[in-house]
Parts: sequence; C-alpha cells; structure tokens
Amino acid sequence: MSNRVLSVKNLSVDIPLADGVLHAVDDVNLHVDRGETLCIVGESGCGKSLTSLALMDLLPKKAIRTIARLDLNEVSILDYSEKQMSDVRGNRMGMIFQEPMTSLNPAFTIGNQMMETLRRHHDISNADAKNLAKKMLEKVGITAAEQRLNQYPHQLSGGLRQRVMIAMTLLCEPELIIADEPTTALDVTIQAQILLLLQELQDEFDMGLILITHDLGVVARIATRVAVMYAGQIVEQGTVEQIFENPMHPYTRGLMRCIPVPGKTRPGEPLGSIPGMVPSLIGSFTGCRFADRCDLAKEACRTRDVELRDATGKTQAYRCVIDPQAMTKVA
Amino acid sequence: MAEVMINASAVTRDFSISRGMFRGKQRLQAVNGVDLTVTRGEVLALVGESGCGKTTLAKILLGLLPQTSGSISLCGTPIGNVPRLDLAQMIQPIFQDPYSSLNPRKSIGSIIGLPMRVQGVVDQQTILRRVEETMELVGLPPRLLNAYPNQLSGGQRQRVAIARALVNRPRIVVCDEPTSALDVSVQSQILNLLNDLRTELNLTYIIISHNLAVVEHIASRVAVMYLGRIVEQAETTTLFRNPQHPYTRALLDSVLTPDPRLGVPNTQLGASYPNPIDPPSGCAFHPRCANAMPHCAQAAPDGTTHNDAYVECHLYSDSGVARTG
Repeated sequence: MSNRVLSVKNLSVDIPLADGVLHAVDDVNLHVDRGETLCIVGESGCGKSLTSLALMDLLPKKAIRTIARLDLNEVSILDYSEKQMSDVRGNRMGMIFQEPMTSLNPAFTIGNQMMETLRRHHDISNADAKNLAKKMLEKVGITAAEQRLNQYPHQLSGGLRQRVMIAMTLLCEPELIIADEPTTALDVTIQAQILLLLQELQDEFDMGLILITHDLGVVARIATRVAVMYAGQIVEQGTVEQIFENPMHPYTRGLMRCIPVPGKTRPGEPLGSIPGMVPSLIGSFTGCRFADRCDLAKEACRTRDVELRDATGKTQAYRCVIDPQAMTKVA
Repeated sequence: MAEVMINASAVTRDFSISRGMFRGKQRLQAVNGVDLTVTRGEVLALVGESGCGKTTLAKILLGLLPQTSGSISLCGTPIGNVPRLDLAQMIQPIFQDPYSSLNPRKSIGSIIGLPMRVQGVVDQQTILRRVEETMELVGLPPRLLNAYPNQLSGGQRQRVAIARALVNRPRIVVCDEPTSALDVSVQSQILNLLNDLRTELNLTYIIISHNLAVVEHIASRVAVMYLGRIVEQAETTTLFRNPQHPYTRALLDSVLTPDPRLGVPNTQLGASYPNPIDPPSGCAFHPRCANAMPHCAQAAPDGTTHNDAYVECHLYSDSGVARTG
C-alpha cells in the first residue's frame, strides 16, 4: 500500500465579483503522505484557507473550483457526488477550525455532537458511541470525560474546546486531518499542549496532517514539509529544514527577517520588513505577483508568469526568475 | 534617578459576577494587589495567559475603570485627583484590532484629530497642522487624510491608531497587543515604528502581549502576571536568561522559536488555567507547578528579590521551607 494520503493537481479557485473575477487560488499542487505534516504558511488573503476548503469541497457557493486531480489514498474523489463527499468529510478527511466556539453547536452537549458524528458515518448503537466518545476524550487528555459529555461548549475553556474538536475529528479515524489555524485563538501555553497532542495522535493513527498557519514558530516546530503561499500561489515549497535554513524565494527570505528570534535578533534593533501590499487579484495578472514588493525585481519579473523551479535536489522548489547567486549577495 | 511615570501600590479590582437570578453575587478578583513602578523611557511588558488581569490593570491605569483599592499616581499625581481630560493628556491607549477600533464612517484626518477636539481645541488650522505632523511621524502618506478606514491596509490602520494616541503628545502609551492582529511582515514595521517613536518622543510604554518573542525584542522590563498578581518582575535580559518563577519558566518554554531542529516543547503545565472566581488556596499556581511543595497549598508566598528579580514563590521565600530549586 502506498503512503500517499492526498494528492492535488492544478487546483484553482475563482470568485466572480461585481468588478471582475478574483483569482484567489492559482494552480496549486500539493501532496501529503502518511505520518507527514504539511504546513501551508502565508499572510491573510494569500488563499491558504480557501485551498483547504477547496480540498474538502466546502467552498462558498459563489466560488468556482477547477481542479485536475484530487486523489485520496490514490483513488480519485473528484467526481464523487455530494452524498459520497459527505461520507468522506468527517470520516476519512477531518477538519479542525480556528475558533472552536463557532464550530461547535452551542445548543447541544459535547456528547451529543460527538455521538452524532459517529452515528452519521457508522452503524453503531448509542451506548457504543457514547463509550467511544468518552474514550476519545480521555485520549486527548480531558479529565472527568463522563461529566464533560453532558456539558455544553460554553462551559469549557478555549483549550478544552479545541481538545473536544480534535477528539471529534479523530472519532472516525480519518486518514487526513486539515487543521486551519488550530492554535491561533489559544494562549501560548495551551498552544504548545495542543500541538504536542496533535503530533502524538498523528503518530498513533498514522495520519496525514495539513496545518494552515501564519505563525513561523509553529511551522518550524511541527512541519515535515512547508508550502509558502503568496497571493494565491505557492511561491516556495520544501522540507522544513530547507525552508528555514536555505530559503530561496525573496518573499520567504523577507518573512524570515521579519520575526524577532530570541538569541538571534538583538533586542531594540530594527527588524526587517516587506514594504508595500499584496496586489489585487481581480482580473488577469501577468508576471511575478511579488515583484512590486521585491528589492530584486527586474523587467523579466513583470513580463511573463513565473513557473516553480527546482532548487537544491528534488524536494525544494521556488517561483522566481532571479539567479540564486544574485540573491545571496543581497540577503 | 529617573523620573517615575507610574507608581501603583497594592492595586486591586473586584468584579461581582452574577450566578443566576436568585443566587446572589460572587466576587472575582481580577487584579489582586499589584505594585508597579515605571520610570521615564521604560518599556514595561505585562505578560500572562488570558484571564490573568493584564487588560484590567491597563484599563485602571488609563482611568477607564476605577480600582477597588490601592493607589496609583501618574507623573507624580494620584489619578483620583486628576480630571479625566488631564489624565487623557498624560496616558493614551493603542488597541489590538485596528479593524474594530477605528470608526468606519469618519475620515482618517477626523479620527486622528478627535482627541484634540475633545481637549477643547477649536481652531481647524491648528488641528489640521498637528494631524499632518503626526501622520508624517507615524509614516502615513498625507494623501490618506481624507480616506476612510476601509480603504487602508491593516498596517496603515494600526498607524492611524498610533497617530490618534500620539496627537496630544501623551507621556505614557498603553499598547494592548499592538501587533497580534497583524500579518508577520506588517508586525515588524509596527514594532520598529513603536521603537523609533519611543526614542524620538521620549515615551514610556506599557505593552501587553502574549507573544514573548515580541516582548523580548521591545521591552526593557517584564512583569509576569498570574491570576491577578505579578509573580515575577525583572529586566528583560535577566528574565529571559534566568527565569526564577516556575510559571515564568513554563511560559518561556512554550515559546515556539522558529528553529526546525527543536520539536514541540512539553511544558508540563497540565491542568488548565484556574477559575478566577474560585482561586486555588495558598500560592495560586501550585496546582500546575512542577516544584509544588505541601506548604504551597497553605500559604501564599511573599515577594522576595532573588537573582535581580522580584519573585513571589516559596522556592525563594525565607519562611523556613526546605528549598528544592
């Protein structure tokens, strides 16, 4: 059996607006193996969340998804009907959202919601479902699981709610979990605990994990591979070591200089920054999307679209026309 | 000796929490006996988990909430005796989310000028001149004067919020999570700007943040809060190099520095944050503390100075308890 859990080819998302078509996601290719964590990083509006929603076929009605291939465990799920897809969602592909308060139903108890997930996908009795739900709560480190099952979401703290979300996602033992900013709403101490938990459970269940975040600290600590997105495109991808130790794309390099690193950046010393703003993605766009904010941009950057090209070895690729040697001189 | 800008002693703030229609009120001590001295030009960071009282403390300093007991003086005058408008001349806030802290129906010029009009300046020319000066100071192009907040990016909006805070030239600025709503590339610009403005205008900052990398970068002194009390306070370099309180250590351990060779840390903090309505006995941190001793559950520790840090922990107190640290 192969290790590849998910493979996506040529994913684009377009959103028709009053003043033109917004090309929110442009030609994204991704894959995730079992036991692997792929982090998608980028700033707000770069299309990382839409990419994850597109994978689950949960895009808003207005959005148009075009996609060449979408394989789950090497079987195409691209032409699945809505009914087949809803069997996949929550069962084989789980999703964890940023704010657990808005993704849990406030009117039902935790137990109720967990059991519903199980009974939706499996032929299982109420008593068995309750038992499983309780076991899963214990697995994610929730004490007094029996009582928690009878509580409502508002009675739990943010960290506990996120644990409940994770437990719920794991109930059907999915092959892939997509977590969209799972720790952004939480305190640093709780963030570390939740990430550790995700990592342990991923090992135990041998799942693929796609983690979407803007926090480079989180990425460095948990990722196996990283995809950096900018203005709807993947501008660089590679293993976590490659991205952090030898970033190639000027945008990735810029990002690395923006964050204060204890021990590396000197307190009080000015931090690097990326001037300018993300370009509008409405209408057609030629050339490199980062050109307007890039110190190294030249004529060739603006005249034609830039393809991803291989860097050192096969695993790292970046979308830039500039000669790597010219880049190192500046950085 | 540097000029003392803020002096707070034994400040507390209680809230009454309703428990239901017929069940009476319960007392929640959001801030529980805080002593604080900030001198001119200092950047004091308040750090701690949500619910530790850092925002309540900031609101008290800003005069937005009265304290229940204790005394605070700003620039040498007790804040109880200062009229609101004079207080606003001394201390100004910058809030976390520039998307909700700017009035969407007012132009940028009018937003930045409002604090001047509140202070009774009526001459439009004076206001306009000062607004333009301040916009230049924070790096906003003059053409944005008549723009509206929805035409601005997140970073520009936060610059507007900073300009509004500075237009009356306050001496103290309270920044409540000034960069957490912003993208990484913009965050660094705002941090650089805050740093430049501090030296240029000789400002004193109180910075509330949960991002300890940011705190280490910008703060000169750090106060760690837990359940309404400052449990450790020290110079930034001292605190980051040699944290004393077990809670500070756990907090620092949970910072995710962007180093791919390190994994996710295990902070051993276990149980979640305690319920502030029903705080633990003795030292409030003892149920989560790796170094807890039987004594910790019985008596609250007194503050001591240890290795250049003010710390409230039985590991360092002189109450005759066996030391383990």
